[in-house]
Amino acid sequence: MDARVTRRFPLPSEIKDVPGTEGWRDMYPFFTRVRPEDDQRFWFYNSMHFPEPMPSFDSITSEVPYTGLGAYTTRVFAFPTALGIDHRIINGRVYITANTVTDPEEIERRLQVFQQRAPHYYENWNELYQQWERRLHALIAEVDAIEVPQLPEFEDPAVVFEARGIAQNHYVRAAFHRCVECFSKMWHHHFEFLMLGYGAYLVFFQFCKKAFPEIAEQMVARMVAGVEVLMFRPDDELKRLARLAVELGVDAPFIDRADPQQVLAAVGGLGEPGQRWLAELEKSRHPWFNTSTGDGFYHHHRSWNDDLSVPFSALPRYVAMVRAGKSIDRPTEQLRRERTRIIAEYRELLASDAERAVFDQMLGLCHVVFPYVENHKFYCEHWFTTRFYSKMREFGALLARKGVIDDLEDVFHLQHFEVDQALVDVMLAWAAGSAPAGAEHWKPMIAERKRILEKLKDWTAPPALGPMPDSIEDPAVQMLWGITSETLSMWSRGHDAPDSNELVGFAASPGVVEGLARVLKSVNEIGQMQDGEILVCAVTAPSWGPVFGKIRAAVSDIGGTMSHAAIVAREYGMPAVVGTGQATSRIRTGQRIRVDGDRGIVTLLG
Amino acid sequence: MDCVAGDCVRWFGGIGLADRPLVGGKGASLGELTRAGMAVPPGFVVTTAAFETVLAAIDPHGDIRARIERLHEGDLPAITAVADSIRERFLVAALPDAITRAVSEAHRLLGAPHAVAVRSSATSEDSADASFAGLQDTHLCVQGPEALLRAVRACWASLYSRESVSYRLRLKLPEREVAMGVVVQSMLASRAAGVMFTRSPITGDRSVIAIEGSLGLGSAIVSGEVTPDKYVVNKVTGEIVQRTVSAKALRHVAAADGGVRVEALGDSQQRLPALSDAEIRELAALGRQVERHYGAPQDIEWAVAPDRQGVERIYLLQSRPETVWSRRDALPVAQPAARAYDHVLAALHNRPR
Repeated sequence: MDARVTRRFPLPSEIKDVPGTEGWRDMYPFFTRVRPEDDQRFWFYNSMHFPEPMPSFDSITSEVPYTGLGAYTTRVFAFPTALGIDHRIINGRVYITANTVTDPEEIERRLQVFQQRAPHYYENWNELYQQWERRLHALIAEVDAIEVPQLPEFEDPAVVFEARGIAQNHYVRAAFHRCVECFSKMWHHHFEFLMLGYGAYLVFFQFCKKAFPEIAEQMVARMVAGVEVLMFRPDDELKRLARLAVELGVDAPFIDRADPQQVLAAVGGLGEPGQRWLAELEKSRHPWFNTSTGDGFYHHHRSWNDDLSVPFSALPRYVAMVRAGKSIDRPTEQLRRERTRIIAEYRELLASDAERAVFDQMLGLCHVVFPYVENHKFYCEHWFTTRFYSKMREFGALLARKGVIDDLEDVFHLQHFEVDQALVDVMLAWAAGSAPAGAEHWKPMIAERKRILEKLKDWTAPPALGPMPDSIEDPAVQMLWGITSETLSMWSRGHDAPDSNELVGFAASPGVVEGLARVLKSVNEIGQMQDGEILVCAVTAPSWGPVFGKIRAAVSDIGGTMSHAAIVAREYGMPAVVGTGQATSRIRTGQRIRVDGDRGIVTLLG
Repeated sequence: MDCVAGDCVRWFGGIGLADRPLVGGKGASLGELTRAGMAVPPGFVVTTAAFETVLAAIDPHGDIRARIERLHEGDLPAITAVADSIRERFLVAALPDAITRAVSEAHRLLGAPHAVAVRSSATSEDSADASFAGLQDTHLCVQGPEALLRAVRACWASLYSRESVSYRLRLKLPEREVAMGVVVQSMLASRAAGVMFTRSPITGDRSVIAIEGSLGLGSAIVSGEVTPDKYVVNKVTGEIVQRTVSAKALRHVAAADGGVRVEALGDSQQRLPALSDAEIRELAALGRQVERHYGAPQDIEWAVAPDRQGVERIYLLQSRPETVWSRRDALPVAQPAARAYDHVLAALHNRPR
């Protein structure tokens, strides 16, 4: 790495509390706190998954995934050089570091285990993946079916007449534990295939970089990416519904900013065609509207089903395009042909048949693992997680009804361990026939945490902490972290030069465009986007799909060349720079910027 | 060997790569390009048979080749003595009538009043193993039959320049396989010219085409007198991924009395790009076509010049296999594995491969 940029980041112990947020540590479990020895290690801010300060409950989305991830790398497959991830919460932000194995003997010992185990998944990938999909469907059904007891005055007579022998307050805690258990199982499944899948991508990327030193990562990504992935399905469903509305002549109610409930009522009043459209909408909603408006890591990332205003804000635009006779379909045939052509051309350009054989092997493996690597996000982060959070709201509603919290949403300002206690308090009081003690305990705490959380949003989290490693050459660590030596160097350049008017990221989709930026903190704000603006956001997910029809270019804090923003930008043929690390904090809405998707540079012009 | 009529001269349209022993590397390549349908300025080759005839006349004992092979690579004084004497004999040798007649007749058919370019075409040059870049003579803007014959002799003689002889000794090329053809080709009045590599000269990347171009004749680039414009084109997408227009202080143009004249360029002209985007793309497409024809990355010389009707078009003046990176290609980037996922297992073990 370039010697000029090997400057260290602040040490974890050097990070000061934001004035007025003292006490933030109590918002999170003790094991997330910084320890003295942490100053010796390099940490980076996982802003890809956790771009905002964590509400107390939401820290479950760092705790549980890291128990799953590390289990697979450290214990299940025994990756030779990589163990799992340690995480810390600092001023509400999640910092992570990867544990590695450097002792050659230890690596060798782990290799023996790894070589016996990993092939089982590679060799049976498709079959195991089908089994995985069945399991996820079952798990989602299970969490959906969990009943949250309502604790009425008198127990259900069936408990007596069927002599069940267990009263429903027992099931309050049991149901909550089952939800958390399902959540944990989901995250284990999430990591079951993931690191092995990333491994296939990684070796192909490395091969392409060696064979074609000047190849853009986006070209490699285009060879790997499939055309039919679940990620595009929710947006495709919207397009289908838009076309259908026009075909059936029920398109009049779809106007900008209309309230979804009013649109539904208006369409429902349009006789048989209106009913048909509503029936088709129901088909699309289950499962495709179980797409998160974020990426499933925060409780406020609701699904389209939870908040129809997101999909319904995209429908008028698609309807208008269909009426105008414009095509809104993804040109899948063309995308497929183009991908086939690119693959064939690079293959032909290789120096020898031996290299072509390697290319075929590696790309073939990428295509085997691709459906899992791309589709798991829909099942796990979107569908399951939005259902999980909905279930948590039912527990929140119970606590609110029992008067221990003011609003059901307040449940998300308690750690899941605390929710456990709050529920036990309510269970006890129901049995005792007395009042729960929770109100005095939880309400002031929740009010204080809301205040702190608001203040923590103003803190600018350093991209990394601690002594910077010389390089991260270990592919397993690159996979775990999702970052490379280039990323580190890029970040530290940005860190060193806050006055520079250039942000460096990954060139994700080619082209150069100048225009006005619109910084969106969450997908709920996509209604603010004006035609021809440049989207600047932390990260995009499938629910951002509709916005790409409006914008001229995309810039993100987080993501690589296989990220959602990168893939969609390429399909729309617009420039994109992703993984800038700091676009949303450096760029203001209305600012003039230049997005150079060929070089991966965003220039602040005004 | 006697040069019988018909053996002395071969037109581009009648030769190809297989004729290298008769017409030399450059001639064979131009023939091959012509046959492949590329726009090549018309011309012919004075064959190695003609060369052998003259060599036999000036080497009555038939021991020149053996004398050279006995030289030591590092013994510059001895090389100089032998090479200088051979060259001298080529320059003054009497030419057999058959050769003079054949060359003059071909020259007339090519359109004698027009200037020609006369270029060495050794049997050993421009192979995949040895480029001999710039070691042998090229004469541009040659006018009239006398000047042409002088240039042909000079090309023959240049096979025995000190540098050429040293180079062959270093590569241990057998002398009996070394002979010189001479290419005679219509001279273009090029507006721009340059070179093109169908892989990156910097990284060896085969997915890009690197073009260097300058104003006027290509000799300005070859001699290193100007910093050329540089363009890089992605073969797969056709995109021009890099475009660097340099200040080109001068250009080479044909002198009225033959030869090349250096012309200074004014400030406004210096920054003119040598090629338009459309020309860059067309040139890159030609490069790809030639590369496909040969089945290997090429090092190509090109020019943009008016044809006889005055319409500007792109001509190819030369194509030879790229030599620097192709030697490294012998080591594949990776070897196929028994099972596809073995690549991942190996990478995750993180052992050097």
